[in-house]
Amino acid sequence: MPEPVLEVRNIHTYIGQFHILEGVSLSVPKGSITVLLGRNGAGKTTTLKSIMGITPPRVGEVIFDGQKLAGKASFNIAKLGIGYVPEHRAIFRDLTVAENLQIAERRKGDLAARQDFIFELFPDLKKLYKLAGGNLSGGQQQMLAIARALVPENRLLLIDEPSEGLAPVIIEALMNAIRRLSESATVLLVEQNFRMASRLADRYVIIDDGASVQSGMMADLVNDQATIQRYLGAA
Amino acid sequence: MTGIFSRDKRSSLIAIGVILIGLLLFSLLTTGNLNLIGTEGFGAYASTINAGDFSITLLSGLLRGMLLFLVASGLSIVFGLMDVLNFAQGGYFMIGAYIAYEVHHTPAIIAAVPDGNLRFLLGVLLAIAVGGALGAVLERGLLRPLYARPLFQLVITFGVSILLLEAVKLIWGVSPRSWSTVFGLNEGSFQLFGQQFSVYRLFVIAVGFALIIAVALLLQRTRIGIVIRAGVQDSQMVEALGINVRAVFTAVFTLGCALATLGGAVAAPFLGASLGLSTEFLLGAVAAVVLGGLGSYEGTAIASLLVGITQAVIAKFGVQYLNQPVWESLSPMILLALVLLLRPSGLFGKE
Repeated sequence: MPEPVLEVRNIHTYIGQFHILEGVSLSVPKGSITVLLGRNGAGKTTTLKSIMGITPPRVGEVIFDGQKLAGKASFNIAKLGIGYVPEHRAIFRDLTVAENLQIAERRKGDLAARQDFIFELFPDLKKLYKLAGGNLSGGQQQMLAIARALVPENRLLLIDEPSEGLAPVIIEALMNAIRRLSESATVLLVEQNFRMASRLADRYVIIDDGASVQSGMMADLVNDQATIQRYLGAA
Repeated sequence: MTGIFSRDKRSSLIAIGVILIGLLLFSLLTTGNLNLIGTEGFGAYASTINAGDFSITLLSGLLRGMLLFLVASGLSIVFGLMDVLNFAQGGYFMIGAYIAYEVHHTPAIIAAVPDGNLRFLLGVLLAIAVGGALGAVLERGLLRPLYARPLFQLVITFGVSILLLEAVKLIWGVSPRSWSTVFGLNEGSFQLFGQQFSVYRLFVIAVGFALIIAVALLLQRTRIGIVIRAGVQDSQMVEALGINVRAVFTAVFTLGCALATLGGAVAAPFLGASLGLSTEFLLGAVAAVVLGGLGSYEGTAIASLLVGITQAVIAKFGVQYLNQPVWESLSPMILLALVLLLRPSGLFGKE
């Protein structure tokens, strides 16, 4: 197994009074697509937010590229080279597609350097360039949210439920795009759609009731109906 | 999206047009020697319209609108970005007036800088600098620890406005200062349909317009502008992109306070400096921010002018026919109530 880009060691995260994560550990090998699986409310999204420092863990360690992230503000964590695509996309509705991409630049010229790659992945965005983000369809917004994370050269991409609410044909296009971009970056994905997850990911981590309970190669999980039934309900 | 404006924007513009035309008609028909209980008919009304009164009322409205804008723009951008309603904004306006007054009237400074215009410019620049610095201190020192507690922030800004008031009492006492020195820009006046209007007030209107455009360009064309507009929608996501949102908060808060002290400084030559300034424009500015639609810059700019013109029109009418100055200060709230009844989110607000 190649060296991990990201390591999460037994993190506990609270939101207000609530103990949301009660011991999540995971390891994301460089160049892989790793998927977080689990039921609704298991703590997958909170795990991504804890890595980003949006809901910083109170206990445990997050290590990115050998660096401990504890105590770092969210913007400093992002600057280390982590791109975040949150659930519900969180694109800026009043900004144009162009501005949604420009804002993600960390250095002047980032967008110019990556534009061709982004348009190759998502040709639609080129046509929509001057349109306000709020006028885009759900699928187009998802593409924009991913494209935004690709503007700076991020080494790790955290993508939360990209398939949510999208038509199958668009999910297919998104899967192809994520597969392409995983050639240059490591991907940690949250995905409810098990079919999509199983076709896309190399590795999986199952989170149940705020704790990581099992991880391994996706190819092994696909044949393990007992585990799928137990933690994910119907496959 | 059809035409230049979306349907949403078109209806905003129609609403603005209706209000403006209503105000102008009202003003046109009520300025001059109007016999309200007369039975002469519209022709007779029209013949008594006094173009001088009408245009002066309009110019006064624009002037008031510009000053309101200088208080309201900071309120609006800060509220949109940080969800803080900065009640100290009026206090900053007052401080600006005192600083400009002081710089222009202190004998030592007069001796050092005899040119009145230059001294005035100095006063304005100092007011901007002090306003910005006090704004940065307020944001960094008092508001930043409280971002998780919005109600506390409201109380803090209210407390700071009282603090500013007491500080002014301590330094300048309670008696108001009226501007007594003359400087080039403040001297001239011009005739408009037989009425006098000072060149300086026209200058302030021009400065206001220039600032409306400058801030709009800042928001539309610069990177920090994009960050501010994005932050108004989702500051957490902006931060997750690797941008230090808190530094942007401080910058925006500083800008807002600096604009308010600038407003006080340019208003001082005709309003003087007094404790009353701390509330004089605050209520109208809050009305303008809500009227324009919370968080909308263009809405705030247009609403400030509408509120200013409303106040001037009602003031004129009130002086002539009602003998009751209270309507002028009530008029922003009445306008606000009427508009919110029809458009609950304000002129440019979203749901």
